[in-house]
Amino acid sequence: MKPVLDKHRVAAVRRPEMGFKEQIYLVEVWKGLAITSRHFFVNLYRHVQKALGRAGLAGAVTTQYPEDGQVTKHRSRTRHRLLKREDGTPRCVACMLCETVCPAKCIYIKAEESPDVMIEKRAKSFSIDLGLCVFCGYCVEACPEDAIRMDSQYIQFPGSTRKDLIWDMPELMGDKPKAPSMETPKDPLSPGAE
Amino acid sequence: MAKLVKFKLDGKDVEAPEGQLVIDAADKEGVEIPRYCYHPGLGNPGVCRLCVCEVAGAPKPQMSCRTTVKEGLVVSTNSPAAKRAQAASLEFHLANHPLDCPVCDRAGECELQDYYQGYGLYKSTVREDKRHKEKRKSIGPTVVLDQERCIQCTRCTRFLDNVTKTSEMGIFGRGDRSVVDVYPGMEVDNAYSGNIVDICPVGALTDKDFRFSVRVWYLDRAPSVCTGCARGCAIEVHTNTERPWHTEGRRVARLKPRFNPEVNGWWMCDEGRYSYKSADSDTRLKASSRLGQDGAPVETSPADAAKGIAAELTRLVAERGAQGLAFVLSGTLSNEDLFAAKALIAKLGVPAANVALAPGPEQLGEADDLLRRAEKVPNLEGARALGFDTARPLTELSPDRFWGVWAVDRAVPAGWDKLPFTVWQGPNAVRFTGAARWVLAAAHCFEEDATAANFQGRLQRLRQAVPPLGDSQPDWAWFGSVLRALGGEFPHQDAASIFAALTAEEPAFRGLAFELPDEGVLLAASQPAGAAA
Repeated sequence: MKPVLDKHRVAAVRRPEMGFKEQIYLVEVWKGLAITSRHFFVNLYRHVQKALGRAGLAGAVTTQYPEDGQVTKHRSRTRHRLLKREDGTPRCVACMLCETVCPAKCIYIKAEESPDVMIEKRAKSFSIDLGLCVFCGYCVEACPEDAIRMDSQYIQFPGSTRKDLIWDMPELMGDKPKAPSMETPKDPLSPGAE
Repeated sequence: MAKLVKFKLDGKDVEAPEGQLVIDAADKEGVEIPRYCYHPGLGNPGVCRLCVCEVAGAPKPQMSCRTTVKEGLVVSTNSPAAKRAQAASLEFHLANHPLDCPVCDRAGECELQDYYQGYGLYKSTVREDKRHKEKRKSIGPTVVLDQERCIQCTRCTRFLDNVTKTSEMGIFGRGDRSVVDVYPGMEVDNAYSGNIVDICPVGALTDKDFRFSVRVWYLDRAPSVCTGCARGCAIEVHTNTERPWHTEGRRVARLKPRFNPEVNGWWMCDEGRYSYKSADSDTRLKASSRLGQDGAPVETSPADAAKGIAAELTRLVAERGAQGLAFVLSGTLSNEDLFAAKALIAKLGVPAANVALAPGPEQLGEADDLLRRAEKVPNLEGARALGFDTARPLTELSPDRFWGVWAVDRAVPAGWDKLPFTVWQGPNAVRFTGAARWVLAAAHCFEEDATAANFQGRLQRLRQAVPPLGDSQPDWAWFGSVLRALGGEFPHQDAASIFAALTAEEPAFRGLAFELPDEGVLLAASQPAGAAA
């Protein structure tokens, strides 16, 4: 089937059909095991080489996120911050340029009248869904008020539900800490759950 | 008709009637000349000086909105001298303009932004500070004024002077101190105040209703017709469906007038402009229902409702005769709806005298000699052309004679709701809805493709802007599905197919195509009123 572009130039592409080889399962499961084993032995070899003090490529390391710190590059773009004016009010004037330019459509702004006539317009609510964000930085570039910036290196914003990844205005401005809820979501099948 | 003369426009030989404005002739040729003060509906005071062009023989650039076409005229709108003059004019317009586009509602459809891209002087030579004036001044129930953004094109004052003749606004002061404002003690509260926002080329006048709700570049546009009164102004329906949080879930964001020289010109009234909220209001019926045993409404699917109504109709018509059934139709129904209703009425054998279609008291309102008509329904002439009696009011029918009533989009007075068979059909819940045995959710006029004929008999196309809400469906679909359930013939699945049948069967519609031209088509002389439905 030829994919048809809709008005947003988004095409629905169907998954490839499974053939006989895929349907009998055994071949594919062996393929998967082969990949896993290859990674295991390559990494084992690299770690052994390192332990023996020989030069070579580094082996893969698993980090315990978010408990253990993780170092990213200095130029990395991470979570957003909303900036304030000198008097503490948000700089954002709800012009919707970041919302418009956002390729992931993860910024949601509602506008209202500002009490200050020289500012005229401000954001009533401003939230970013970091679960959808692709960290491209276009919002920072688009902002005419320097109201939004992105952190570097700070990547500790885990969430255990999708909702946990939506940051609202006080959280983005730093007025309210975003407490990562580390509770595991309730398993409806486990005993004791409603 | 003035005689045609030949003149040269940008090196091209062009023909135009003698005495026509160069700017109009250029528009016709597809040559764009920038302009602020000139508006074909408001005249050419020549105050903005932006439409300057070079005319051979004239020592200085000439304004194309004040120069008339004559034999042998040589006009250049894009020569270096003309471009330089336009850029210089625009530099003056921007000298005191605050450039607060990020917070300006007009951004995205602003002529200052558009023309700056095309004709701007990118390196301004103005070094002086900008003059500050009053911002965010409420000048009436619908309009907010920002004096800083104003470029003094005087379109709003000329609209209020010449079109509404209410003259609430004027230009005060001189030079760079001049401001647009309302006269002391007055406010712009006439019935057409919203138009000054449309004609303002910049963001000096903004609509209170639309202000800050949604950015204009998020809007989708559908050309349609206002159904607020019998005038049937050509409009554009602007919808915001992709980012619903801006308009609190309302899909229709605003209405704008669309130019139709035969009906409304460039304008529309405020009553029509702000009537769009009914499309997404809380009173919208999203599902159909029938009255249950305990008197509470029970939700039903459209198919079940059609079957149930057909079964009740079959039984009651067999027991008590078709002359005991009344149809209370409304001028809000499109021609396609009325065609289906007519087929259903004929199938049931209901006499024409049982059909009331004249506008009810709730469908009558204020009228004036500009646009507004007293009958607040869009398609009375269409109903007349289809052979309905549009003069018979509901008050002529007495509920005592009937066992059933099928009312469409009308408030029905007490007495009717006691009948054993009551159907109420419409997009928004109005009186009678609560007590009707069957309540059928119909699509709103912005949700269907249709045609309607205004008071002049001019047939215009309504185009779907948003899909029908919930389980609601067009009125013709209700009439058609009940007709099918009764064993009748109704093969149509869309409005285009109904219109094709309409043009084949109805003499007034003969030879018309569903894709009507933008300005509509006058219906052939309609049948004498009162012919059998």
